[in-house]
Amino acid sequence: MSKFREQLMKMLFLAAACASILAVALICFFLFANGLPAIGEIGWGNFLGKTVWKPSSGLYGILPMILGSVYATAGALLLGVPVGILTAVFLARFCPPRLYKALKPAVDLLAGIPSVVYGFFGLMVIVPVIRDLWGGSGTSLLAASLVLGIMILPTIIGVAEAALRAVPESYYEGSLALGASHERSVFKAVLPAAKSGVIAGVVLGVGRAIGETMAVVMVAGNQAVIPSGLLKGLRTLTSNIVLEMGYAADLHREALIATAVVLFLFILIINLCFSLLKRRDQP
Amino acid sequence: MSRAYLLSRLLRLAVYIAAGLTLAVLALLISYILVKGLPHLSWQLFSPTYTSENASLLPALVNTVTMALLTLAMAAPLGVGAAIYLVEYASPRNRLVKVIRMTAETLAGLPSIVYGLFGYLLFVISLGWGYSLLAGACTLMVMILPVIMRTTEEALLAVPDAFREGSFGLGAGKLRTIFRIVLPASAPGILAGVILSLGRIAGETAALIYTAGTVAQIPDNLLGSGRTLSVHLYALWSEGLSTEQSYATAVILLLVVTGLNALSATIAKKIGGNGEHHG
Repeated sequence: MSKFREQLMKMLFLAAACASILAVALICFFLFANGLPAIGEIGWGNFLGKTVWKPSSGLYGILPMILGSVYATAGALLLGVPVGILTAVFLARFCPPRLYKALKPAVDLLAGIPSVVYGFFGLMVIVPVIRDLWGGSGTSLLAASLVLGIMILPTIIGVAEAALRAVPESYYEGSLALGASHERSVFKAVLPAAKSGVIAGVVLGVGRAIGETMAVVMVAGNQAVIPSGLLKGLRTLTSNIVLEMGYAADLHREALIATAVVLFLFILIINLCFSLLKRRDQP
Repeated sequence: MSRAYLLSRLLRLAVYIAAGLTLAVLALLISYILVKGLPHLSWQLFSPTYTSENASLLPALVNTVTMALLTLAMAAPLGVGAAIYLVEYASPRNRLVKVIRMTAETLAGLPSIVYGLFGYLLFVISLGWGYSLLAGACTLMVMILPVIMRTTEEALLAVPDAFREGSFGLGAGKLRTIFRIVLPASAPGILAGVILSLGRIAGETAALIYTAGTVAQIPDNLLGSGRTLSVHLYALWSEGLSTEQSYATAVILLLVVTGLNALSATIAKKIGGNGEHHG
């Protein structure tokens, strides 16, 4: 009797463990089954290569959105990566222990703030500043990059700091013994040794930036055209879905799901890069 | 000497500036939301129904709590069960375990809008539930699953093997050991993960707009549509009205989510973890 119960529970635990497999399978099935036929109907070339998104006239080119996502992510990296990595260096190598106790939870706090609050902050603070300084509406590539740059900071800091701390102390001490200063040792010996971990953090940040929806929708302006400048509005893949899913029907709706398929593939590639980098980091 | 010295000073300066910037951004964000939002908090905002004159946030708050409890009721047993299998039963070289870990990592990396679309297609359309709290909770369950799995796994791994061996030595079976020894010993760690998930649920928007919908009232039952606090903030923006209520909502949301995260970190730290949460 008790043996039966042991077996039963083991099976139940196994079933629970398989839930994540089932979930991924279902997500793939529903996205691809609904999205791929639409891409087939529109044509791969038209869908991915055309620059006009005008569902009312049957034009479904998502190139502006792909570029929008790429530009916004690139902008976020430009701002977030240097600050993130240097902050990680500070936390791992420069920070006095007492300050660390305050700073580390602060970074964690930044990670926990909901994306819609970031969007709201961007809308109320960053957008008006841009509008006052350079004119225009303020909702722009620059605003989206700034908000995303802030949002990916905790991701980059967290992973990069862990990578820096994993570097053996002997690297640092060896460099000091050769007469290098503290700063030089950190940047020339410790940071290069943590390279793949730091890059993994950046890749994870890319994933977050490209997948972010709410914050971007609120500050980017959402025009479905290729942005021609830092102060021009743009629309990302994620925004495209969230903006139009509410009223879309038929092919339009399926084209939005197909947009999610493209996003999904982007994310899968990024995740693959991340796990490859992480694996390389392990001795 | 002087060039190397100068370079060192510059590097140090850059590091300090970066850390200062990070801290300044956080301080600006939080103080702005608090300063702008707190004065707009009023009892009116906590009236039980939402009207066009009074964009009350109480219904959204109630929906958030319902959503969080419903999601956890489904995700916690599943995630804890999965972690128990991975830690207590499976051998790490098992191929199935590798697949489970890979899929859990994939789930953890998916953007919430993809979850939202998936939930819309499966729960709202295919199962015919319509926009409903239940559809929203089922969507969030899938999203939260990898978080609970990972934190529970860490908590279970932190239980020393001597506990298990002692229990086996006294004649207890595997199941009894798990439920009487391992789970109680790892309970604080599991709890920290659960609270962390609560924060994620409260802060989620994109996965809910097209699953739980945006109705601003408390629904009669779980098959009714209702917006959570985050969706409420988004909806206020997209309607383009009620700036004051937006500020107030942002404050409540910020306090709820950061409060939950801080609680989770405190519990995690108490049990000897390093309180490190991200992703």
